Amino acid sequence: MSTVHVTPVRTYLLVFFALMALTFLTVGVAHVNIAHHLPGQVTDAINDAVAMAIAVTKATLVVLFFMHVWHSARLNKIVVWASLFFILILFAFSLADYFSRGWLGVPGK
Amino acid sequence: MASEARPAPLAHHFDDYDQQRESATLGMWLFLAQEVMFFGGLFLAYTVYRWKYPAFFALGSNQLDVPLGLANTIVLIGSSLTMVLAVRAAQLGKARQIAGWIGATMALGTGFLVVKGFEYHHKWVHHLIPGAGFHIEGTTDPAAQTFFVLYFCMTGLHALHMIVGLGLLAFLVPKALRGDFSAENHNWVEGVGLYWHFVDVIWIFLFPLLYLLGRHHA
Amino acid sequence: MTAPATAAPTELPSYLEAAHGPKSWLLTRDHKRIGILYLVAISVFFVLGGLMAVLIRAELATPQGDMFSSDVYNRLFTMHGILMIFFFLIPSIPAVLGNFLLPVMIGAKDLAFPKLNLTSWYLYMIGGLMTFGSLLTGGIDTGWTFYTPMSTTFAQGQVLVTAVGIFVAGFSSILTGLNFIVTIHRMRAPGMTWFRLPLFVWAHYATSIIQILGTPVVAIAILLVGAERLFHIGVFDPKYGGDPLLFQHLFWFYSHPAVYIMILPAMGVMSELVTAFSRKRVFGYHFVAFSSLFIAVIGFLVWGHHMYVSGQSVVAGAIFSFLTMLVAIPSAVKVFNWTATLYKGSISLQTPMLYALGFIGVFLIGGLTGVMLGTLGIDIHVHDTYFIVAHFHYVMVGSAIMGYLGGLHFWWPKITGRMYDEFWSKVGALLIFVGFNTTFFPQFILGYLGMPRRYHMYPAEFQTWNVLSSAGATILGVGYLIPVIYLLWSLKFGAKAPANPWGAKGLEWQTASPPPVENFATPPVVTEEAYAYETSAPAKEVTVGV
Repeated sequence: MSTVHVTPVRTYLLVFFALMALTFLTVGVAHVNIAHHLPGQVTDAINDAVAMAIAVTKATLVVLFFMHVWHSARLNKIVVWASLFFILILFAFSLADYFSRGWLGVPGK
Repeated sequence: MASEARPAPLAHHFDDYDQQRESATLGMWLFLAQEVMFFGGLFLAYTVYRWKYPAFFALGSNQLDVPLGLANTIVLIGSSLTMVLAVRAAQLGKARQIAGWIGATMALGTGFLVVKGFEYHHKWVHHLIPGAGFHIEGTTDPAAQTFFVLYFCMTGLHALHMIVGLGLLAFLVPKALRGDFSAENHNWVEGVGLYWHFVDVIWIFLFPLLYLLGRHHA
Repeated sequence: MTAPATAAPTELPSYLEAAHGPKSWLLTRDHKRIGILYLVAISVFFVLGGLMAVLIRAELATPQGDMFSSDVYNRLFTMHGILMIFFFLIPSIPAVLGNFLLPVMIGAKDLAFPKLNLTSWYLYMIGGLMTFGSLLTGGIDTGWTFYTPMSTTFAQGQVLVTAVGIFVAGFSSILTGLNFIVTIHRMRAPGMTWFRLPLFVWAHYATSIIQILGTPVVAIAILLVGAERLFHIGVFDPKYGGDPLLFQHLFWFYSHPAVYIMILPAMGVMSELVTAFSRKRVFGYHFVAFSSLFIAVIGFLVWGHHMYVSGQSVVAGAIFSFLTMLVAIPSAVKVFNWTATLYKGSISLQTPMLYALGFIGVFLIGGLTGVMLGTLGIDIHVHDTYFIVAHFHYVMVGSAIMGYLGGLHFWWPKITGRMYDEFWSKVGALLIFVGFNTTFFPQFILGYLGMPRRYHMYPAEFQTWNVLSSAGATILGVGYLIPVIYLLWSLKFGAKAPANPWGAKGLEWQTASPPPVENFATPPVVTEEAYAYETSAPAKEVTVGV
C-alpha cells in the first residue's frame, strides 16, 4: 500500500504479445463460420460469442496489467467491479423489455 | 492534483504522498467508471439495433476495411505499451525516459487518428454517411443506416477521447522534461496513463463489434 | 438556547475574513467558499423556476387559457422543470451543504480535489447560463424529459442549446460526486471510522454513487438527441429504423435515480436534525446508514415504472413494478427510525426541527403515493395526470426542499457566523408547510378525477380544486420569501453565532463559526461515535473499518 509496485518490462512485453496474438486470432476466426465446423445444431451466434470472449480476455489483460489493477488497492478493484455491475443492470433491464415484447398477447406490448 | 512548482510538492490538504497518490488514483478510477457508463449507453444502442436488424448490421460491417481496422488495433495496443512504459519510467523517477515514451505514445495515437481519417473519407466517397445522401448496395430500407449511425457515433466519440488524451499527453511532456515528476509524485502520468488504456479498452470492443461480426456470412 | 462551554479557538481568521475581493471568491479552492458560490447560484435559479411556477398557477386559476397560448405554456412548464431539477434540486443539498460540511464533518482540511471542485462550479454555471440563454431566446417546449421524436424532429426552439447546457451541468454533478467519494474514503480524520461517520456523510456517499454511475447515461442520451437533431440522422427516429423507447430507457436509467440524488441528501440532513433536536442517538444507526446505499442501488432497478404506458413490454413492466415496491423498504426504515429517535427524546421545536417534522409528514405522503404509482394498474389510470404531478412535488418540493431549508437553517450559524430571527423563521416554516400542502394536496384529487398534466385549459368542473391549489401557491410563495428576507437581514444585523448554538454533536460544531480556512485550529482526533448525546443509553462500541 505504501510503496508503488514497479512491474518488470518483461511482463509488459508478454502482455503486449498476448494482446497481439489475440487480435490476429479474432480476425482469423471472424471469417470462419464456426457453427459449420461443430457437430450438432449450434447457433449462428457462436461467432459473436467467440469474438466477445476474445475481446473480454484482451480487455482483462489491459485492465489487470497495463492499468495495474492486479497490484492495486482493493478499493480500485471494487470500483471496476461496480462499474461492470451497473452496466450489467443497464443492459439486463433494457433488454428484458426488448426480448419480452410480444410474450403476452397484449396488442402493442 | 500536482501544482506547478518542481518537483511538485504535496498539496496542503494531504498528510503525505501516499494519501495524495491513492486519492488521485481512486479519483481517476471513479472517472473511468463514469466513462464506462457513458460508452455503455452507446453499446446498449448497438445491442438493441443489432438485435433488431441483424442483416443490415452484417451488410454494414462488410463495408468496413478489416486490414485498416487491424492495423489501427495494433497501433493502439502498441501505444498502450509505450504509455505503460512511460508510467514505469515515472515510478522510477526518470524524467527523460518519461518524455520519450510519452512522445512515442503520441506518435502512435496520431497515427491511429490519421488512419481513422482515411476511413471516414472512404465512407464519405461511398455515400455511407447517414442522412439524406445515404446509399448502400443491397437494400433501400432506411433502417440500414442504423449501423453507420452507430459506427460514426462510437468511433467518433472514441476518436474524440483520443484527441483529449493527446492533448493531456502534450501537456505532460514539458512537465516531465522540467522534472516535475518524482517517484513520490507522478499522479498526472499515472492518471493520464489510466485514461489512455481505457480508450484502448473501448477500441478492443469496438473493433470486433463494428469490423468483424457478421463477416463469416460473406 | 444554550451555548456549551466548548472553547472555540479565536486566533485563526475565519474563511470569510481570510481573503477579500471578487478574485478571492471566483478563484477560490476552499470548499466552503465554493459552497457559498453554489448557494448564490442555485438561489437565483430557484427564484427563476419559482417565478415560472407562479405564472403556471396563475394561468390555472381559471379553466380558460386566458394568460398564455398553449405554446407559451408548454415553454413555461418545460423551463420550470428543467431549472428546478437540473439547476436547483440536484445541486441543492450536495453542492451547497455537502460541499461546505462534508470535509468539516469528517475532519478534513478540504475536499480531495479542490481545483476540480471549482471546475465543477464553473461547469454548472456554464450549463446554467446556456440553459438560461435558451430561455431568453425562445425556450423549448419538449417538457423536461426531452422525449423523442418530439425533441429530435418536431420541437421548435432551442433544444440543442438547452441539451448542451444540461450535458455540461451533468458533468459538474459527476465531478462533485467523484470528489465526495474520494474524500470520504481517503481524507477522514484519525479515529473517524466508517460507523462513526455522521449519517449526512453516508447519505452523500450514496448520492455520489448515483451521480457518477447514472449521470453519464443521460449524458449520452442527450448527446444522441443532439446529434439526431443536428445531422438529421435516425438514432431514435422510427422513420430510419430507430426506436424512441431506447431514448426513454437511457433517459430514465438516470432520471429515476436522479430523484434519489435529490431526496437522499435531504434524508441525510434529516438524520442530523432529528438527533440534534431530540438530544438522542439515532435509532438504528447501521440501518439508516445502509438504507441509503440500498436506496442508491435499488433506485437503478426501477426506471421502467415511468414507461408502463409507453410501449414497454408487459413482462418488463411487471418486473419493474415488483422492484419498485422494494424501494419502500429502505425508505420506511428511515422514517420509522427517525420516529423512533423522537420517542422519549427531549424535543425542542426550533426552526430546523419544524422543517424536519414537516419532512416526515410530507415524505410519508410522497413516498406512499409513489408505491401506488408503482403499481401497474393504478398507474395506467392516473398516468400523466395531476396525481403524478402532486406525487413528485411531494417528494421533490415538499421533502427535498424542506430538507434543504431545514439544513440551511441548522447550519446557517456555522456557515455565516450569524443567528437569524427565531420568530420569523418559525413563521416561514409554518407558512411553507401549510402553503405546500394546500398547493399540492388538491392536485392528488384533480389527478384522481382525471385532469391531465401539461395543459393550460381544463373543464370548468375542476376549477374549485385548482383555485385552492393556486391559493396555496400564494401562501407557499410568501413562505419562501420570508427566509430570503430574514436570512439576508441576519448577515448584517444577526447576533454573532457561538461555535455550537444548538448544543449538537458532530465535528462541525467543535470548530469556530464560521470555521477557519483549513476548518480546524488543530487537526481533530475522533474518539466517539456520531450522535453521542448523553440522554440515551450508551450503545456498544462498534469498531469496523473499511
